[in-house]
Amino acid sequence: MSVRAQIGAVVVKDVRSEVRNRYAINALVMFVVTAVATILFALRSEQPGPATLAGMYWVVIFFSAMSGLARIFVSEEERGTALTLQLTTSPGILFAGKLAVNTGLTLLLTLSVSALYIVTFPGFVIRSPDIFALTVLLGSIGFSASATILAAIIAKANSRGTLYPVLSFPILIPLLMTVMNATEKALEGAAFIEAVGDMQVLVGYCLIMIAGSFLLFDYVWND
Amino acid sequence: MRSSSVKLDSVSKRFNRRTIFEKVSASVNAPGSLAITGRNGSGKSTLVKILAGVLSATEGKVSLTVDGHEIPRELLYQQVGFVSPYLMLYDEFSAAENIRLLESMRSGRRAADTEIDSLLDMVGLAHRRNDRIGTFSSGMKQRAKYAVALIHRPAMLILDEPTSNLDAEGIAIVRGVAERQSTSGILIVATNDSEEAGWCSQQIPLGIG
Repeated sequence: MSVRAQIGAVVVKDVRSEVRNRYAINALVMFVVTAVATILFALRSEQPGPATLAGMYWVVIFFSAMSGLARIFVSEEERGTALTLQLTTSPGILFAGKLAVNTGLTLLLTLSVSALYIVTFPGFVIRSPDIFALTVLLGSIGFSASATILAAIIAKANSRGTLYPVLSFPILIPLLMTVMNATEKALEGAAFIEAVGDMQVLVGYCLIMIAGSFLLFDYVWND
Repeated sequence: MRSSSVKLDSVSKRFNRRTIFEKVSASVNAPGSLAITGRNGSGKSTLVKILAGVLSATEGKVSLTVDGHEIPRELLYQQVGFVSPYLMLYDEFSAAENIRLLESMRSGRRAADTEIDSLLDMVGLAHRRNDRIGTFSSGMKQRAKYAVALIHRPAMLILDEPTSNLDAEGIAIVRGVAERQSTSGILIVATNDSEEAGWCSQQIPLGIG
């Protein structure tokens, strides 16, 4: 029995389901478009600096991700298919599959927001592509690891809509501060050595969140 | 036929302070069957969920042994088939897709078309093989759940309200499934219906005393 094939099946199931239902994609696209449009209206002709742009970039990603990534477990509870999953696969395999799907969605989100920012904000010029690429990659993994376990927790709660951003904010603060800092350096054109500390924090955050989530998920998912 | 047995040893379940049932004991060796009966709210569905490993018992122990090995709770899904009206399939997938995807998630193997076709034929859904489950009636959905539950030839088949939503033809199909399972493995039926309870060689009445 191949664990990789089982995880792959969870991914195929979720991707195919997403393509047909667009539970998460619609929420993500709507939030990105409205948030970027609102920022553009608010700024008018002002040109914000790298620190402000980096902050705005991750704020849009944070709220978009929070509006879309929770669907990964909430939709299973709402449709009554959570029991089907419990009877079909182990918690570890399920979590790995869901984490892979959410990481893919977050990467898609960050790439889309990056493209949108490059087109709409003249000051958003990536001068250190190596720092930016690694920040986006590790930031997406960190975001999705936190979002996936939080989605599993809130899927079991009653007040799902409000609970998600409230719970996720304190957990994501260290990640948000680090990715904003690293993105600012990427926009300023800093040398990679200057961002090594941020990368170490990001790698540490990802490892802790993934390991902690795997340990916790069994208790969240099963009675 | 694989040798298998399931044992309930003084199993109790409480939700907060409410006791659902207390000290339920029973054992079934394959080939064999057990009916769990009782009025509404007596805990039949709770007990079958404990047997399937999706709920934990407050006290006592449930053990499923297959070929001499006790199956740990986190691997019970590989040995259990489960059908109930509250179990949902994916509306956006066809009957064949549901069977194939859920079997891939369970075992990592790709179920052959011939296997899927033969199961859908058995439950009378071969002509709707590629139609989305969302377009099915509740009785057809119930039939599709049997195909999903049987694709991995489970050591223990658990049926909660087995003929719910089914017409006479569907009931006959389920009866055939129950007969085959009770002569080749373990069959557990949770029901209020005395006829369905009669499919089994043993009974546990819940909610008495």
